[in-house]
Amino acid sequence: MYAQMIRSEATQDDPERLAAFQARIDAGEKIEPKEWMPEGYRKTLIRQIGQHAHSEIVGQLPEGNWITRAPTLERKAILLAKVQDEAGHGLYLYCAAETLGVSRDELFEMLNSGKMKYSSIFNYPTLTWADMGAVGWLVDGAAIMNQVPLQRTSYGPYARAMVRICKEESFHQRQGFDIMMKMANGTPAQKRMAQDALDRFWYPSLMMFGPSDKDSVHSAQSMAWKIKMNTNDELRQKFVDQTVPQAEYLGLTVPDDTLAWNAEKGGYDFAQPDWDEFYDVLKGNGPCNADRLEARRTAWDEGAWVREGMLAHAEKKRAARMAAE
Amino acid sequence: MSSPAPGPYAKTAAPEGDAPKRAEWPLWEIFIRGQHGLSHRHVGSLHAPDAEKAILNARDVYTRRNEGVSIWVVESAAIAASSPDEKGPLYEPANDKVYRHPTFFDIPDDVGAM
Ligand SMILES: [Fe+2]
Ligand SMILES: [Fe+2]
Repeated sequence: MYAQMIRSEATQDDPERLAAFQARIDAGEKIEPKEWMPEGYRKTLIRQIGQHAHSEIVGQLPEGNWITRAPTLERKAILLAKVQDEAGHGLYLYCAAETLGVSRDELFEMLNSGKMKYSSIFNYPTLTWADMGAVGWLVDGAAIMNQVPLQRTSYGPYARAMVRICKEESFHQRQGFDIMMKMANGTPAQKRMAQDALDRFWYPSLMMFGPSDKDSVHSAQSMAWKIKMNTNDELRQKFVDQTVPQAEYLGLTVPDDTLAWNAEKGGYDFAQPDWDEFYDVLKGNGPCNADRLEARRTAWDEGAWVREGMLAHAEKKRAARMAAE
Repeated sequence: MSSPAPGPYAKTAAPEGDAPKRAEWPLWEIFIRGQHGLSHRHVGSLHAPDAEKAILNARDVYTRRNEGVSIWVVESAAIAASSPDEKGPLYEPANDKVYRHPTFFDIPDDVGAM
């Protein structure tokens, strides 16, 4: 997902307080900033929300790649609005993380130094215009699968950020599907492009949910704390079940020979992505890891004079106002 | 009751090691009034060098879809917040005053709308 393989932090708190805390979560209460929380809960949340925020920010890069080359002015305006939304999503999430006692600049620095990760999906290139369709349809579609249940997560500021984000996501997925419909019903060359985009984005999209975690202790702790709402396999299954009929509607073929409806379980059987590739991408060896980080670092470094200059200007104005009073 | 705690959030921890912290734009809390005459409502926070830029940033971050017609910004550090530990003593006195709710009174149906 936008947050993959989040290790949960062990917690060494007073068992009585821990039990009372767990009881609040079990009763469906929201945990709010400044309320007592186990150290492990706080740290796991910073890691998860931070990674989610970084994904929104880095996720602007593969789509930003096509803004200047969109086929029409309307498509360009739509893509621009979509990418701007993703910047907003990043900001909602950073501000949720900041309520836990970490600052946004610290989070940025951890992203830039590679100490914190972002979703593996954004390390794949966007080679053609059809990729803008595939990203909106599949990548935002997969993100929605995970973000909708997170609206009920136990940490108040995170849940509220998710509510805002979910309101905006369906525009993202629909604009992507709309591009796919245009391409799939276009010239044979356009249809080939759409198929090629699906071929390249299908397995990386399945990887977004992370490897099976049904036996993971980290996952069990996060689920007990309600900062993770479903297992990775559950969400992946849901995504496949929703997406396969949409591909059929487009007249495109999901690149999986083993794909078959399983009436007994009421869902599709499908092939797992190559998990070795996934781990390799996480390690930094995906096709675009170096590019993405380089783009982020450059933006951060080259923006430094703006941040410092605006702060200096604000201080000067404040001083002038004080002097006038 | 202790004096109100400054700021709505936990204090930001010092960065690891003893690297001096670089100046960061302060955090602002954003309040927006929608079109329908309701009060300003807290929508989130953002960083900005001053109030003017905070309003401009809030426009871009929180009103991309006509969510509001008026924006208030206030520096997070200027907010005083009730302490979560005092939840009990602070709100308990309201619990035994059920007569503050209109449903406390039984009015016969014959009286009509009231
Ligand atoms: Fe997003
Ligand atoms: Fe999105």
